[in-house]
Amino acid sequence: MLEDSADDLYEHAPCGNLSTMLDGTIAKINETLLGWLGYDRDEIVARRRFSDLLTVGGKIYYETHYAPLLTMQGEIGGVALDLRAKDGRKLPVLVTSTVKTGADGQPLLIRTTLFDARDRRAYETELLRARHAAEASEQAAQQDRQRLQKLVAGLQRSLLPRTLATPPAMDVAAYYHMASADEVGGDFYDLFPLGGDRWGFFLGDVCGKGVEAAAVTSLARYTLRAATVYDPDPAAVLGNLNTVLYQEYQSDNHRHCTVVFGILGHATSAGRAMTVTGGGHPPALLLTAAGTAEYLDTSGGPLVGLLPDLRFTTHTYTLRPGDTLILYTDGLIEARTDADRGRYSSEDLLDFATSLAPASAGAAVAALTDLLTRFGTGLDDDAAVMALTALPPPPAGGEPVHRT
Amino acid sequence: MNVRTRNHVTFAGPVDAPVVMLAHGFGCDQNMWRRIVPALAVDHRVVLFDHVGSGRSDPAAWGAERYASLSGYAEDVVDICRELELPPVTFVGHSVAAMIGVLAANEAPDRFAALALITPSPCYIDDDTYHGGFSRADIDELLESLDSNYLGWSATMAPVIMGNPGRPELGEELTNSFCRTDPAMAAVFARATFLSDNRADLAKVGVPTLIMQCSHDAIAPPEVGFYLRQQIPGSRLVTLAATGHCPQLSAPEETVAALREFLAVRR
Repeated sequence: MLEDSADDLYEHAPCGNLSTMLDGTIAKINETLLGWLGYDRDEIVARRRFSDLLTVGGKIYYETHYAPLLTMQGEIGGVALDLRAKDGRKLPVLVTSTVKTGADGQPLLIRTTLFDARDRRAYETELLRARHAAEASEQAAQQDRQRLQKLVAGLQRSLLPRTLATPPAMDVAAYYHMASADEVGGDFYDLFPLGGDRWGFFLGDVCGKGVEAAAVTSLARYTLRAATVYDPDPAAVLGNLNTVLYQEYQSDNHRHCTVVFGILGHATSAGRAMTVTGGGHPPALLLTAAGTAEYLDTSGGPLVGLLPDLRFTTHTYTLRPGDTLILYTDGLIEARTDADRGRYSSEDLLDFATSLAPASAGAAVAALTDLLTRFGTGLDDDAAVMALTALPPPPAGGEPVHRT
Repeated sequence: MNVRTRNHVTFAGPVDAPVVMLAHGFGCDQNMWRRIVPALAVDHRVVLFDHVGSGRSDPAAWGAERYASLSGYAEDVVDICRELELPPVTFVGHSVAAMIGVLAANEAPDRFAALALITPSPCYIDDDTYHGGFSRADIDELLESLDSNYLGWSATMAPVIMGNPGRPELGEELTNSFCRTDPAMAAVFARATFLSDNRADLAKVGVPTLIMQCSHDAIAPPEVGFYLRQQIPGSRLVTLAATGHCPQLSAPEETVAALREFLAVRR
């Protein structure tokens, strides 16, 4: 048998023991707690209240939380408080109290046990710090993401015309779907005047995404416009772009693009003559005034920027009054459809276009925007659409129509 | 806005009796009054509520800006009087709610018949000519104390607050189930309380006022009671034999007797 006494256990228990009157005046205290505090017994017993042993902050916490709960419940446990030792040191403790009642149920005194909580407090402080840090970094991450999205949106806007210029006797419309708010896409388009009511237009797709793709997109867009001024033949323009991209990027990661480029002749009563060249891009769609839809033969050309000295072929068409030319990127025909998670094919698109025809540029782009929206999460790539409709020409001698 | 749910308003006592409104202070909720409500409700209509951010008030009604100063809580008190169309009330405010009552009564004097302030303090921090009992560093230490109980309390409180059906042992009367408070909201209330200075509002009080202080109170020292009696025109000061900061819990009979004497004079 171990020789052990209750008195010795009380005095030298590995925790502080304290009994107080109901007003908090200390009636009994054990050696362990006196040792922690550095006080003599006669400095404490009947002279001090429990709350006098606490830091000022702990005292307020004791009066506003601990004492009311103890009175209401008859017990309270596991509350973190700080003792103030005689030499001024702070001692973190975990405190538990119960109210001892007499035979009549009336409260007699309060028994309190205090555990040394230095290790636990350090651990909790670390947890708390980690929690605050996690909250702060989550907030910072959210702000960073908002900043990034704003930057991406701004960069994307800079790669597209702010508003499409509208040639006389034409209806034009465009739509750009950003697959991700976090990353700039590589699709681009433009419509611009060449003088004498002749207009250049293009729509293309740089392979890849992100800032590097955006730089290529910007280069492609400005090269196309400059090359058109230099030699307004679509095949020559794409040849120029090919040379520029090839020279710029052959050393680096190869960057190439697909593009449809065309030039519209001046408006006549029969519409506008149209020369078009394709560089590895899905074929343009023509919705006729008669209500039919067909792919133009612009799909044959090579990818632009991949090989030196490529030759491109120019095709000639007429955009008659009521006809609508639709250019689009492969985001549209590679979307996964809801039904069977198959891809939306070029046949599907032709059927859709046939059901639309005849349609003005505005109506066609609206219908295609709706289609893209319905793809929902099935649409994981950027998608650009631009449509050009010839209208009956203005009366001879009249002012050119300017639409805004 | 529905003040009944926003402030979890509850009632006791006969409907047509004179109205006594009980407002709890920082650290708990309307449970603070449970020991004196039965005695008061014999012949008074007792209106109890939780400040927004405390007890069972509507968490959705809380806003860091509105409740960062005592005037936000005082507006709520006036809202309750107006929305419930209460006749002029005797407002009993404990601890910081005493100053909330002073602000509310100055804002809408016609809604208040009298003020009873239990262990009040208009300013907790000392300055050159005033003894509030605390320094700014002390108050920072309190905020630290709140923080060190943050994890424990949020962990203990969460299952209770969410009414965890899988753990029936976490019932209503579970340890620390009174005075449940969201720690983040409590920190805002603590700042609003202990950094407040309402000394300039005391002279404007125009309703009969009783000040009740305890003989030993670590939060509101006796000088503060004397200061209040001096500053609030026509006020009376009663010093209870009770010790501590919450006489309505530690000495309910004595507290009720002092309140009853004050209420009797008013009838």
